[in-house]
Amino acid sequence: MSLANLTKPWAPMSYGFLDASAKRELRRKMIKSVCVPGCQMPYASREVPMARGWGTGGLQVSLTLINPQITVKVIDQGADDSVNAASIRRFLARVSGAPTTLDTLKADLIQSRHRIPEEVLREDQVLVLQVPNPEPLRSVQPNMSIARQMHGDADYGRMWLQLYEQIVRSGRVMQGASYPSMVNGRHVMTPSPIPRWDVPKLHMAKHLTILSAGREKRIFAVPPFTRVEPLVFDDVPYRVEDHAGLTCSRSGAKGFFMNEIPQSDGTSTYEVSDSEYGVKSIRQRDGETLTMGETWYKDGEMPQ
Amino acid sequence: MTLTLHAPRIVKTAPLVQVHGVSKSYGPVVALREVAAKVYPGEVLGIVGESGSGKSTLLRMMNLEETPDAGSYTLDLPDVEGNLFDLNRFARRILCATQIGIVYQNPHLGLLMNHSSSGNVAERLLVAGERRFAVLREKAKEALAASEFPLERLDAPPIELSGGMQQRVQLAKAIALAPALLLLDEPTTGLDVSVQALVLDTLKRLQRDRKITMVIVSHDLGVIRTLADRVMVMRRGEVVEAGLVDQIFQDPQHAYTQQLVHAKL
Amino acid sequence: MTPVLDIRGLSKGFTMHHLGQGFTAFDDISFTVDAGDFVLLKGTNGAGKSTLLRTLYRSYLPQAGEVIFQSAQGEIDLACAADIDITYLRQTEIGFVTQFLVARPRVSAEALVAEPLRLAGVAHHEALETARHWLKTFGVKENLWPAYPTTFSGGEQQKVNLARALIRPHKLLLLDEPTASLDANARAALVQRLADLKAQGTAMIGVFHHPGDVEYLIDRVIDLTPDALVQEERQDVAV
Repeated sequence: MSLANLTKPWAPMSYGFLDASAKRELRRKMIKSVCVPGCQMPYASREVPMARGWGTGGLQVSLTLINPQITVKVIDQGADDSVNAASIRRFLARVSGAPTTLDTLKADLIQSRHRIPEEVLREDQVLVLQVPNPEPLRSVQPNMSIARQMHGDADYGRMWLQLYEQIVRSGRVMQGASYPSMVNGRHVMTPSPIPRWDVPKLHMAKHLTILSAGREKRIFAVPPFTRVEPLVFDDVPYRVEDHAGLTCSRSGAKGFFMNEIPQSDGTSTYEVSDSEYGVKSIRQRDGETLTMGETWYKDGEMPQ
Repeated sequence: MTLTLHAPRIVKTAPLVQVHGVSKSYGPVVALREVAAKVYPGEVLGIVGESGSGKSTLLRMMNLEETPDAGSYTLDLPDVEGNLFDLNRFARRILCATQIGIVYQNPHLGLLMNHSSSGNVAERLLVAGERRFAVLREKAKEALAASEFPLERLDAPPIELSGGMQQRVQLAKAIALAPALLLLDEPTTGLDVSVQALVLDTLKRLQRDRKITMVIVSHDLGVIRTLADRVMVMRRGEVVEAGLVDQIFQDPQHAYTQQLVHAKL
Repeated sequence: MTPVLDIRGLSKGFTMHHLGQGFTAFDDISFTVDAGDFVLLKGTNGAGKSTLLRTLYRSYLPQAGEVIFQSAQGEIDLACAADIDITYLRQTEIGFVTQFLVARPRVSAEALVAEPLRLAGVAHHEALETARHWLKTFGVKENLWPAYPTTFSGGEQQKVNLARALIRPHKLLLLDEPTASLDANARAALVQRLADLKAQGTAMIGVFHHPGDVEYLIDRVIDLTPDALVQEERQDVAV
């Protein structure tokens, strides 16, 4: 009887970096969050080799879901090539041996900061969104315990009041990103700081979306085919950003969410924010045969 | 000493509010003991007493903020049944939001001081499920106008307003959903005397125009005299005497009531 | 014909608890009042005239006795009727004219006078018209109508008071020294109004310091001076 006999052989780390109990915690909380759409579930958030605020919540979810057969895509504000996205993608590949891709259509798991890709996601794809602040009521109720009670009571009067006052003061709802939305008709969630453009993509989507905040230690989810309705007054319709008429100066793609690039002469050019979609558009334009996925927005509008 | 009064014979409507056998103790302190009251639709019941009489505790219970150790509280309204003290928290919230309005002595308790005045009123409508912005705006204006609040300050936050105006916002908030019952806890105490008179007048006018049933708690007999139809006198948690307002003031029967009435300067 | 009001064995006393003593205001009073009757209460000061009126109105609670009133809703004993019934009757069938006007701040004279009609459901415009008519009849100057009575003289206040109290006909009208502080014209207007109401069938019980004004209306006099409870029947009655 020796220590060597009683224990497993030493390995530098678990598969997928997180140990078994960490993954179990995340699995359980993910299942719980899928069962109560839009409701924040607290979880024991683990340390990962990245500082808080850089996507540790999303990373923990990806590490739990990953296996060698899953193809992973990572984007940051729509771009695969940002430093952060690249680092996370490389890390995921190294600790799991999973293949990576830049093509939305080829990915099984997409971890994203603050954007949803333009190509429609399928039933077999999972979207993981990084969430800085999971509590939509924070601006009206800073006390966490009271906010939880408000969610429990479905007492969202203060949230609506905030929207009312925005219209009174500024003539329109000022909420840009993170538009508070009612999930499955019961819980109000923040869809993470995705632009208003992206929120309708979550409504009755085919794919599963998991939203995870590492520093705040909360997970919530939008299961497939679940209602996600931004809080709007009946007589003040929901408006997305005015990008319907914009053209990407590099790829020629039209009517998608754009990044604005100010020029030295005071004007701006636009580039499609979903960078890989832009790249694919360029390659297609240059004669390459490739698959462009169906997009949520067609000609700058999202059909109902 | 006097004749026992009969049950109503002419007025056939049932009382809107019935409170029966309400008792509450906080440890050794008896706050309420076997308190009973009836309020008929459109009536104004005044509750007088000194501090410690339990009148504010009773009002808080009528607002379902607290439950007593014993007793029942019923409202004669469609779709409202049974002892309201037994309601679960969801039913309680909805009932309070739609059927009961309250004005506190301290406006900080009843108002969101940093939101707009119209927003304060709109919040009630939002809680009740109104989702049309135009309607929210219109109804908030109506309620504030009925409370004689100057409409040019519609969107000013209460923190910027005078005491009298803050009470008017509370009042507007309380009546916005046309509740069956309006509770007022020392609504004019602490206000300047001239402002008190104005607020009292608004209350009187509201009551006459809308026939709202009111329960007003005050230690100020002048306020009670102006507004109430009937008065209940409380002392150390018990109802000592109850009757028509002119009878209580002109012919008080109980020793304590006599003391209270004669002490008025 | 059943009398509108049948008072039987009515007694009223007061107990001053802090003094540990009490006294009797009046004891075992009985009389009836028919529709259109005008009963004058007489007696020395302190004999209980005002007290009797207030007991009938239920501002005071009697110790014993019955006050059977034939209301439009049926017979009812006012002495022990429920508060809510008394409130109802006061709003509809029983009026009380006192010397004191309950003026409220920021309520105009005409609004005060119109109020009983408003409470009875009369439209605002109509009620105001009628109120103005009575203010005029009682001699209140037109420029005072929209003013606040809290600033009026005693006499003016009393005129407003009367206009308000008499604007609606009642089944039973109690009058407690209504002519105090009135000028001759207002007194005359009052007496005329009372005569009209009497002709319409209002039963009245009144205390008048100078009964001379209403002499020709009186049907009966009841003297409350103890040991002198005598009812005089007036033959020369104008009905």
